[in-house]
Amino acid sequence: MNIFVCIKQVPDTTEVKWDFERGTLIREGVQSIVNPFDLYAVEEALRIREKTGKGKVIAITMGPPQAKDALRDVISMGVDDGILISDRAFAGSDTLATSYTLYKAIEKLGEPWIIFAGKQAMDGDTGQVGPELAAWLGFPQITYVRKINEISEQSIVVERLTDYGYDIVESKLPVVLTVVKEINEPRLPSLRGKIKARKFEPTVLASRDLNVEEENVGLQGSPTKVHRVFSPPKREGGEKFEGEIADLSLILSEKLKVLGII
Amino acid sequence: MGLIGLVVVEENCTGCGVCETTCPFGAIQVIDGVAKVLDNCTLCGTCVDACPFEALIMKSGEKKEIADKTAYKGIMTYAEVDEGQLSHVALEMLSVGRDLADKRGTSLSALLIGGEGVKEHAEKLIKHGADRVFVIEHKELSHFNDELYAEAAVKLINDKKPEIFIGGATAQGRALLPRISATIKTGLTADCTELTIDPETGNLMQTRPAFGGNIMATILTPDNRPQIATIRPRVMKVSSEDPDRKGEVEIFPYSPDASRILKVIKKAIVMEEDKVNLQDAEIIVSGGRGVGGKEGFSVIYSLAKELGAAVGASRAAVDAGWIPYAHQVGQTGTTVSPKLYIAAGISGAIQHQVGMRSSDVIIAINTDPDAPIFDIATYGFVADLHKIIPSLLAEIKKLKS
Repeated sequence: MNIFVCIKQVPDTTEVKWDFERGTLIREGVQSIVNPFDLYAVEEALRIREKTGKGKVIAITMGPPQAKDALRDVISMGVDDGILISDRAFAGSDTLATSYTLYKAIEKLGEPWIIFAGKQAMDGDTGQVGPELAAWLGFPQITYVRKINEISEQSIVVERLTDYGYDIVESKLPVVLTVVKEINEPRLPSLRGKIKARKFEPTVLASRDLNVEEENVGLQGSPTKVHRVFSPPKREGGEKFEGEIADLSLILSEKLKVLGII
Repeated sequence: MGLIGLVVVEENCTGCGVCETTCPFGAIQVIDGVAKVLDNCTLCGTCVDACPFEALIMKSGEKKEIADKTAYKGIMTYAEVDEGQLSHVALEMLSVGRDLADKRGTSLSALLIGGEGVKEHAEKLIKHGADRVFVIEHKELSHFNDELYAEAAVKLINDKKPEIFIGGATAQGRALLPRISATIKTGLTADCTELTIDPETGNLMQTRPAFGGNIMATILTPDNRPQIATIRPRVMKVSSEDPDRKGEVEIFPYSPDASRILKVIKKAIVMEEDKVNLQDAEIIVSGGRGVGGKEGFSVIYSLAKELGAAVGASRAAVDAGWIPYAHQVGQTGTTVSPKLYIAAGISGAIQHQVGMRSSDVIIAINTDPDAPIFDIATYGFVADLHKIIPSLLAEIKKLKS
């Protein structure tokens, strides 16, 4: 029984800024990190293993060779094994090609019990890979999971966040879950974990190791194409008011009146 | 398979470095006088356009053209229903869909999926611009169940063959549409803020923020149909209802195979008291560290109630346990774009800004005159929220009487 956690190495986008003069991204000194949402997925996988005494936690990532650093980061948290899917043939993959490749890797590794993913990645912000992976696998999916209430070898009961509140959902296993931040507080690496991580070398799966159809991977397997990249409209600050509270609240109510709010 | 991707034509490359400065991802470098593509290349093509010497080409491989792109016609919107209620985003999709259909000279349909009785919403969809409404009704569909909804929608899409299918980038839409697109094996673009039709090719041009809002990208699905996209709620305005509009309603048969129902929604909890639906709100009043504590949020709630607004919060307030996560606006919370966003006691770290900076109007209240939130606020008030909000409420009361 394997608990798979799909993780992604992303640039820390909060450090990235747009250079309006040159029309490019300023990336100097921007670090690569494990997508923050994925850490909640890792933590929940570890908790399930600890609570049930079952399941091997395997982190999977797809990316260039340096993405193994992301696997080392989660190994240091207590993940049992890490798999790096890496091949130039996978370059240019959109979410459909990525989810297909992950599906083929999970099929090869076998014995899926639960598959976790973060709610979305902070660079692409699509949140699509989890549900798309579930579709390829033909497994049920539960997105925006905020709590796991019950779990057995065959089924799981969870709470998923909705736009109107939340749902209590029961699913047969295996299932694909995407988790939100509310679900837990990710642990920090342990000393033992750090030592293990330092020596850790992931299993690397290339195109030839997976039973993939070429037309479904990389650029060819990606129906979406980036047509143009440009800077977002710059937002400037407007008026700023300081002074006595009575005067300020009067100005504020005037502004709300002009906006048609009151 | 030949070499595909970004290729450097070394005999043309002068090592000028234009590509290096143009690449948004830092994925191309001039090494020993020749451009070299690195592994983090996303094949966006920016450098290809920028290269003055035609030294960069994008090889897309032998493209497997889909059999009959022309067989796909019309625009279809997903009319989201939440626990029996027609969502606001369903109407937003119709106004975008109507605009696209008119530009493309085609018809607009809406897909309504739900439990028994969901058909009652069809008339409203017609009055908001749909020429035709497809209804899939079944008792197993009374709650949103991803697999069943996707199976039903895929069956209909394969039958009706719309060239564009769009839905709201809501909790439901962002679960359902990827399941649909992966089943059909077509492209999906998430959380778009603008959709237009390319007049030359007729392709849908899908523009969305990425990289935490640091860049905008226009995405195409040139060779597959339908072109599928989710659209950020509240970005598109709802067009007014036309009571005289006529359209057709077609019931589409669907019945789930009991053996394939792997998941059940045991209970849907609708939070009436403290409705959090931030994405759907026209006005949001958010509190941050400056609120000071759990009790401090009562002043935020009072103002929200007075303005008919939803209550938001910064990560600091959520992490402190003052308010539940569902209220969090920002990078690890919800992205919103209401008409008015009031940030009270929020300093405005970049992680918060990316979640709210596309709001029409931003009003910031903060005691620190140097708080970064003032850099993006339409109106900034340097004041203690615990003083100015009660004073404002008194002012509003006076205005009302």
